[in-house]
Amino acid sequence: MTKHSISSLIYDSKLRGYFFQALILLGLATSVWWIIDNTVTNLADRGKTVGFGFLGENAGFQISATLGTWIFDYNVGQSSYLDVYFIGITNTFLVAILGIAGATVLGFTVGIMRLSKNFIVRSFATIYIELLRNLPLLLQLFFWYFAVLRALPSKRERIEIIPDAVAMNITGLYLPAPIVGPGFIYSVIAFLIAVVIVYMLKRWAQKRQSQTGQRFPVFWTGFGLIIGLTVLVFLSTGSPLNWSYPEFKTTGAILRRGFQSGSGMVLVPEMLAVWLALTLYTAAFIAEIVRAGILAVAKGQTEAAFSIGMRPGMTLRLIIIPQALRVIIPPLTSQYLNLTKNSSLAVAIAYPELVSIFAGTALNQVGKEIEMIFMMMMVYLTFSIATAAFMNWFNARVKLVER
Amino acid sequence: MTTPHKYVRTEDAPLLPPPATEAGITGWLWQNIFASMADYQSIGAAIRSLFMITFSLLLVYVFINQTFGLIDFAILSAVWSDPDGLKREACWTVQQGGALPDGWHGACWPFVWAKQKFAWFGPYPSEELWRVYIALAVGTVGLIWALLDRMPYHRQVGVLMLTIYPLLAFILLTGGNNEASLTSIGVWIFGGLAMISVGRMGAAGYLGAVFAEISSVFSIVGWGIIALNVVRGIASVDFNLTPVGTGDWGGLLITLVVALTGIVASLPLGIILALGRRSQMPVVSILCTIFIEFWRGVPLITVLFMASVMLPLFLPAGVNFDNLLRALIGVMLFSAAYMAEVVRGGLQGIDKGQYEGAQAMGLSYWQTMRLIILPQALTHVIPGIVNTFIGLFKDTTLVSIVGIFDLLGAGQSAVADAAWSTPVQAITMYLYIGVIFFIFCFGMSRYSIFMENKLSKSRRH
Repeated sequence: MTKHSISSLIYDSKLRGYFFQALILLGLATSVWWIIDNTVTNLADRGKTVGFGFLGENAGFQISATLGTWIFDYNVGQSSYLDVYFIGITNTFLVAILGIAGATVLGFTVGIMRLSKNFIVRSFATIYIELLRNLPLLLQLFFWYFAVLRALPSKRERIEIIPDAVAMNITGLYLPAPIVGPGFIYSVIAFLIAVVIVYMLKRWAQKRQSQTGQRFPVFWTGFGLIIGLTVLVFLSTGSPLNWSYPEFKTTGAILRRGFQSGSGMVLVPEMLAVWLALTLYTAAFIAEIVRAGILAVAKGQTEAAFSIGMRPGMTLRLIIIPQALRVIIPPLTSQYLNLTKNSSLAVAIAYPELVSIFAGTALNQVGKEIEMIFMMMMVYLTFSIATAAFMNWFNARVKLVER
Repeated sequence: MTTPHKYVRTEDAPLLPPPATEAGITGWLWQNIFASMADYQSIGAAIRSLFMITFSLLLVYVFINQTFGLIDFAILSAVWSDPDGLKREACWTVQQGGALPDGWHGACWPFVWAKQKFAWFGPYPSEELWRVYIALAVGTVGLIWALLDRMPYHRQVGVLMLTIYPLLAFILLTGGNNEASLTSIGVWIFGGLAMISVGRMGAAGYLGAVFAEISSVFSIVGWGIIALNVVRGIASVDFNLTPVGTGDWGGLLITLVVALTGIVASLPLGIILALGRRSQMPVVSILCTIFIEFWRGVPLITVLFMASVMLPLFLPAGVNFDNLLRALIGVMLFSAAYMAEVVRGGLQGIDKGQYEGAQAMGLSYWQTMRLIILPQALTHVIPGIVNTFIGLFKDTTLVSIVGIFDLLGAGQSAVADAAWSTPVQAITMYLYIGVIFFIFCFGMSRYSIFMENKLSKSRRH
């Protein structure tokens, strides 16, 4: 009897599961303890301590002027390492957001071009995708930075793209900078109010159409309302927005020639290179996703739409795109995530983003490996988990739509 | 007797040729190019047609312009040789102090020829390069043999490539002769044999029915230990080869070593992680999920930074890892997490009936996985696996950021050589490296498409 019960205990798969899990936890705890023990010994050997006190210390290195240094007002010797951390995060997300915007527009264009009936358009898109997808991103980044942007005219010369407003040379892309006067906020408020009104108008129009069948030209009314209201308020407050144009001197002392600091706005070449490389590379992947998404919509859907008398434009807008998006959005989000993570490659050309200035320059000065690498990874992990959470929410929502 | 009607045809209508818009070259041209530009029925259609004409012309112009630009740069205008040993002056224009006409823009190939050995093998000693050549030649032949179904014994060759070849390459590239005492190898092998015999006894039922299942684990671990120590033993044999440390490796050699190690290690690790993530045991599945999501959530550069900065802190003082091995560990863990998600996709696609059928036949968990589930799941996701490999191959370039000179890193340091400093130096090198990477990645992506077609054919019964 006892023997039987013992063997039945051992054959009980649930009990055996508990046993193995306990064993795994034990093994994990042992190795974690071993690693911590080693780390403590190693740190003691090197005379290092653990702690985040260094974040308040002043950082003594130069960071090239970017959005981050502007927002956090970076000054060598006065700003802290915590400022450096936030500057890094800002610059990472700046280039990620610009890259996402660029890659989405370009990727959708190329993806639709790939499905064109026109052979020229189609094969051009194919060549673009195959070329860009099969070359390492780092090589492309080096190409744009060291081969293309370095070939621009020197500091004392420029290429004008829009005369007196937009110009380029080896120090970057110069654009007019907006100078916001007092009262500009009213125009922003007017714009937001107009958007809310249009949103409510759209809901009302939809409701009315489903009840009475009467249509209302929401698009044009909305367009007029948003532009009209904003412009009206802008003009009535006395146009409180000026532009500072980049000033370029061709006369005077040789060393003072070129673009004058304090005028206009400059995008540093490092950022341009990272943005170009990320946009062009990711667009190739997005194009393939878009193509697959559109192809995934069954042909019968288009035919059915035509047979109830829908025009091609309406079919695309009301039938194909909503269904294609359901297929496109999950991989698209993971491409956005990849783009954000790939922005860390900017360390190779010293664009001041998180990895470059915090885990690179600052780490070399402070030497707090564990804390700084941990802080850096947390940024990327938080972003990834937030995106994953959004994806789960989106998938759940899309599933409800599908009956 | 029917009365003949005049209006009824008595012979076949003549066969007309198909309309010019439907067949032949004109048909193809019409359907694929001009049809989209020829609709002027309404204003909207006319705008669309005109747009199509402009856009097509623009694309053709860009394409021709770029293609000729590339041909001109790489072939027609390029400097091909440097017979006088002028180095950078061979690619200088008159203005810069050389002999080429002003405004010249072409590739400076002598620079690439001079750096070719460095770009391929880094500082690997020239008199020992034959070892690299043998390793590469055996690897290429073996790989092609294993990947082509038509070749005889391609499965067996594949197994050899996964087992014997890494050892052979390791000995050839490093020179072997690692320090390992014979006693320690002997003790380990003895231990392995002991475990196998316990396993055998258990399987035969000497240790009671309870141990019958656990005993197989003993056998596997025993064989694993023996195999590992045979490898250790062979790697410690003195083949009379000059040792070459990994610090002397570089260029394409490093790219291939990192990529292949990552590829070979990531698949089994990824399978284990994917199975773990789908496990019924909460602890296992949570741990595997955390592991996978952690590595997938951070960029590879941070992983490489971590491997090069934090790994030495985690290990006991005195244990010193070679720089390349640290990067390899980082790359392996990183790619295993991605592979795990690909494999999990395949596992999710398996019908539930397959599991139930296997259970009904009395197969154990590992038997079910090995014989029923994994063979199906893995073949379904071969394209995904190959795509992960392509990503991994491209990602190997990142090791250059932590100071290991892979193909791109070696090229980049060649670009910094002032003896060859010309305005076209960087672009020439990138063109050369780009072609090499493109051949590898494009080749792999074609293989993936080929496998996809083959699989979809074999699935269609």
